[in-house]
Amino acid sequence: MFPAPFEYHRAGSVKEALSMLRQFGDDAKLLAGGHSLVPMMKMRLATPAHLIDIGSVRELSGIREEGGKIVIGAATTHAQVETSDLVRRKLGLLAECAALIGDVQVRNRGTLGGSLAHADPAADYPAAVLALDGEVSLESESGARTVKADDFFIDLMTTAAQPGEIVTAVRFTPPAPAAGYAYLKHRQPASGFALVGIAALVTLDGKGNFQSVRVGVTGLCAKAFRAKAVESALAGKGRDAIAQAAAHVTDGADALSDIHASSEFRSELARVYTRRALEQALARAKS
Amino acid sequence: MRVSLTVNGQRREDDIEPRTLLVHYLREVAGLTGTHVGCETSLCGACTVLMNGRAVKSCTTLAVQAEGAEITTVEGLARDGKFHPVQEGFWEEHGLQCGYCTPGMIMMATDLLSRNPDPSEAEIRAALEGNLCRCTGYQHIVNAVRYAANKMRAAKGA
Amino acid sequence: MPVIPKFVGERIKRREDPRLVSGTGTYVDDVKLVGMVSAMILRSPYPHAKIISIDVGKARAADGVVAVLTGEDLRGKIGSVPCVAPAERVPFHPVLALGKVRFVGEPVAVVVASNPYKAQDALDLLDVDYDPLDAVVDPEKAFDKDAPVIHEEFGTNLCMRSEVPNPQVDEAMRKADKVIKFRLVNQRLAPAPMEPRGVVAQWHPGLKQLTLWSSTQIPHLLRSQLAEMLKLGENHIRVIAPEVGGGFGCKLNVYPEEALVAYLAMTLNRPVKWIERRRENLAATTHGRDQITYLEVAAKKDGEVLGVKASFVCDMGAYLHLLTPAIPGFSGLMMTGCYKIPALAFEQKFAFTNKMSTDAYRGAGRPEAAYIAERVMDMVASEFGLDPADVRRKNFIPKEAFPAPTAGGLVYDSGDYNLALDKALAMVEYKKMRAEQEAARKQGRLIGIGISSYVEICGIGPSALLPPKLKGGGWESATVRIEPDSKVTVLTGISPHGQGQETTFAQLVADAFGIDIDDVVVVHGDTAQVQYGIGTFGSRGTTVGGPALMLTVQKLQDKMKKIASTMMEVPPDQLIFTERTIAMASDPSRSIPLQQVVDAAYGYKMPIPGVEPGLEEKTFYEPSACTFPFGTHVAVVEVDPETGVVKFLKYVAVDDCGKIISPLLVDGQVHGGIAQGIAQALYEEVVYDENGQLVTASLMDYAVPKADMLPHFDCANTITPSPVNMLGVKGVGEAGTIGSTPCAVNAVLDALKPFGIRHLDMPLKPEKIWNALRNAKKA
Repeated sequence: MFPAPFEYHRAGSVKEALSMLRQFGDDAKLLAGGHSLVPMMKMRLATPAHLIDIGSVRELSGIREEGGKIVIGAATTHAQVETSDLVRRKLGLLAECAALIGDVQVRNRGTLGGSLAHADPAADYPAAVLALDGEVSLESESGARTVKADDFFIDLMTTAAQPGEIVTAVRFTPPAPAAGYAYLKHRQPASGFALVGIAALVTLDGKGNFQSVRVGVTGLCAKAFRAKAVESALAGKGRDAIAQAAAHVTDGADALSDIHASSEFRSELARVYTRRALEQALARAKS
Repeated sequence: MRVSLTVNGQRREDDIEPRTLLVHYLREVAGLTGTHVGCETSLCGACTVLMNGRAVKSCTTLAVQAEGAEITTVEGLARDGKFHPVQEGFWEEHGLQCGYCTPGMIMMATDLLSRNPDPSEAEIRAALEGNLCRCTGYQHIVNAVRYAANKMRAAKGA
Repeated sequence: MPVIPKFVGERIKRREDPRLVSGTGTYVDDVKLVGMVSAMILRSPYPHAKIISIDVGKARAADGVVAVLTGEDLRGKIGSVPCVAPAERVPFHPVLALGKVRFVGEPVAVVVASNPYKAQDALDLLDVDYDPLDAVVDPEKAFDKDAPVIHEEFGTNLCMRSEVPNPQVDEAMRKADKVIKFRLVNQRLAPAPMEPRGVVAQWHPGLKQLTLWSSTQIPHLLRSQLAEMLKLGENHIRVIAPEVGGGFGCKLNVYPEEALVAYLAMTLNRPVKWIERRRENLAATTHGRDQITYLEVAAKKDGEVLGVKASFVCDMGAYLHLLTPAIPGFSGLMMTGCYKIPALAFEQKFAFTNKMSTDAYRGAGRPEAAYIAERVMDMVASEFGLDPADVRRKNFIPKEAFPAPTAGGLVYDSGDYNLALDKALAMVEYKKMRAEQEAARKQGRLIGIGISSYVEICGIGPSALLPPKLKGGGWESATVRIEPDSKVTVLTGISPHGQGQETTFAQLVADAFGIDIDDVVVVHGDTAQVQYGIGTFGSRGTTVGGPALMLTVQKLQDKMKKIASTMMEVPPDQLIFTERTIAMASDPSRSIPLQQVVDAAYGYKMPIPGVEPGLEEKTFYEPSACTFPFGTHVAVVEVDPETGVVKFLKYVAVDDCGKIISPLLVDGQVHGGIAQGIAQALYEEVVYDENGQLVTASLMDYAVPKADMLPHFDCANTITPSPVNMLGVKGVGEAGTIGSTPCAVNAVLDALKPFGIRHLDMPLKPEKIWNALRNAKKA
């Protein structure tokens, strides 16, 4: 309940934050909303000597359209994403997912960048960002780069972000307006995290069959991933193929196990929720 | 380090350790003990306050993160000696027993009603996801929030 | 002058609430004293280990640290944490571990520092060298020959074995058409009040007086026990229970921290505060339930139950807390529920394990009993293909039979079990729901209807029923004082912490004296203000505290009538209290203002023969018997066959708590009780892994239900007054918890019935249901 002492630094810009990161190295942690980091600090599971607060860096916050893409600043809160007209219109899946993260208070403080950088295996956002083919913008003193969501999540609490890099934004190409989507999660009853969370995004061809399918999965394994076996099993197929295809969500998956769900049950939940998410996405899609 | 923020309409400047959680700042520095601590995992919501009008868990926010912010605690809701409609609702509908979760519940409900003036029972229950109550079984809390919603809408209409 | 309304039986807003909704109530953590320092406790990370050494050097030298103490520093200075309930083997229970730790969370050392941040910094610098030992986790294996022994001095982990034999049970088994055998588990639960525990202690060296604020349900009993532990006179200790943020039984106890913080304040000569963190609360505040029961039920084809035989294994945890070994007794005695089951026999074995102690948790033994009785009824119905409602009717104690002696040796005060059942079935539209269930089953939907008709024991009771070593009895006390300005002060020995007796008692007093409710102040929870009292637990606040209050009110009324009688020249027995006056019953226009009578009593300028000055009376009320609230709950649930998720379609509760003083508060008590009962049925479970490590160590893993995990409750009452007390009340604090657990479980199992699933142990989490369905489909 009582964090260890640290030195606090408020960064006014990304540039300043990066220079602080260089200066303090491994002893420093970035703080945005703090909803992943502060709980760890209260338990003293994290005891950074320096905290670099990027919560008030203007350039990191906000939602804008840029060259046909939607760019969401890393320090944008879940609540801002959930309620943004732009996101609701063009990235409905992301808004739907944001609305199911944690609780209202968490959504009012927690940030998109913070959630992705923390890479909790039961976080909701990664599923939707994977399904939407988001691109994570990273910046370091040596320059900026973009990592596709598919390549961003490496392992349990591990991402492609390197020391000295800051997640600055996530970019999305809006799916076709006719696309259908759904984010469904099975809540862990105590924590509210996803025992399993499935994000499905589909487009249909003229016959009403699947043209493209993207499925993001969280909670099931140590890292969030795309269920490519499900996606390919559905290409060109119709509603009847969903049940069988959804079963592939666990192909090669090394499912987590804890007191809330064994790996077997998690796997079954993943199959059921994948099917339901795809059915719902299909029902919302227009040919 | 120095923080300056507004608490219940009053501007304050205080010297604090950077590690001070907002809830401890409010309780120990500002002397406002209406905001409670019920867990250390950001789950129970007893510490909920409004930060720039939005409900946040003050146990998961460092006081330094509230620099320049406007904080409202349960002590700051009443106006001219009269309870806020949400406070009144909790009293009227027996929305509390031991009272420990109540300030957090009231602040959360205040946030909800500012965004959704006429929430359904399901919407109220969903909005209270981050606030645990062990006494009431939540039903009278739902009634309390509805009471407040009706009262606030009636006041606006009038 | 406006007419003063009557308050009893009306929907009255609580008088506690204005301070609580405005954030101006004072809980322990809100107590601030000059020079106060913070204590923090280092707890064992091991379930069972020898303490080789504790290095306190770095911690003592840390910034802001005032003191660091270990168990060795306290040897011989603080007595054992008390258990007053009888047991064959009662281990010494040190305030800080001595030589060995016996559960995860056991206090090992304490750090006192200028603030909690610095205390935590110093705590991190303590270095304890442990030698881990094998742990006893499963109570059924605690008695194995090769099980590690937790308390060496006993050479066994058997705390006690008790037996209530009955040869008639064997006879019943012979007569039965079928003897149904099964095993039930009432899993371990964490009471988890929203306010964790907390203690502030202040020592006044000149007066040699200790003031201790504690989040407790029993300020006086705590004072008595502290006096013993600290070797101080009771008249040198003042215990204050300020606002208490829920207790549910876990604050009906005496904890190491209470004595420790007091000792620290006395030896450091400055105020000390200790506030429990939630993780400590889940690890080191008493747990509830944790009983395993093997049952044999003798039943006839028509649903009649002839006898029940039970064998219990009850998990005590590592040490015995205040009432730990007393709780399971209620489970045995109340096991026959609302039913005229003629023969009951049971045996109970109490095991020490490397876990936190169990003790009272809302219902304390009776939820376990009701769970057994109501699972028995459903098992019998299922065995013979009968309707569960009919089986209950068949076995109910008929209303003509009250006061009704039971196979457990108790005498139920009053009841009409059919009335509550019929009302609940009507509210839920039972026949219609059964038809809908049938139709739904044909579509592959799993709908279940669960019934639970419960009875429980409250208002305990005659003092002889309480443990001999308990300083207090089953009585309760009240002082009523009419102040010189006619305002009334009530001092009650109960210690409400959410139940609302500041309101219900004010209702009673206001009506009795014909005054406004705002003229009454109810004081509780301060041993320096209030005469000795027993506290609030076991739904006794109004059931025992209420009659104590009303007997006192009567004494005052008698005295005031005597005074008025001399002033009005009307015989006292012809006077009544109404509208701030004392009036002649037959002619209310002949009256005298209450204030004039009060003035006469206090001014005493005209001595009244045989009447002392002043207006204050006191009663210590010993109840003649216990009360037995009852009711029927019915739930309709739907189970998702793919995920095992349970959804409530309806929840109906009909509770009979006798006469109702405050209907709004009765509903509130029932709602909260149902929530906790459903939580046991579906969500909550304290989990220790096979090594004894606590897995549900935070609210991230211990699932206290949230608003959207509970249904809307449809509540009603039947009113069968208790003949035991002058108010006709039975108690309502625990009823909801007791009725709801079997109701929810029976509903889920009813939904699963087509699959031949006979029983599943709580909590009925989705995975358990999914697994059972999968296995059933395979078979």
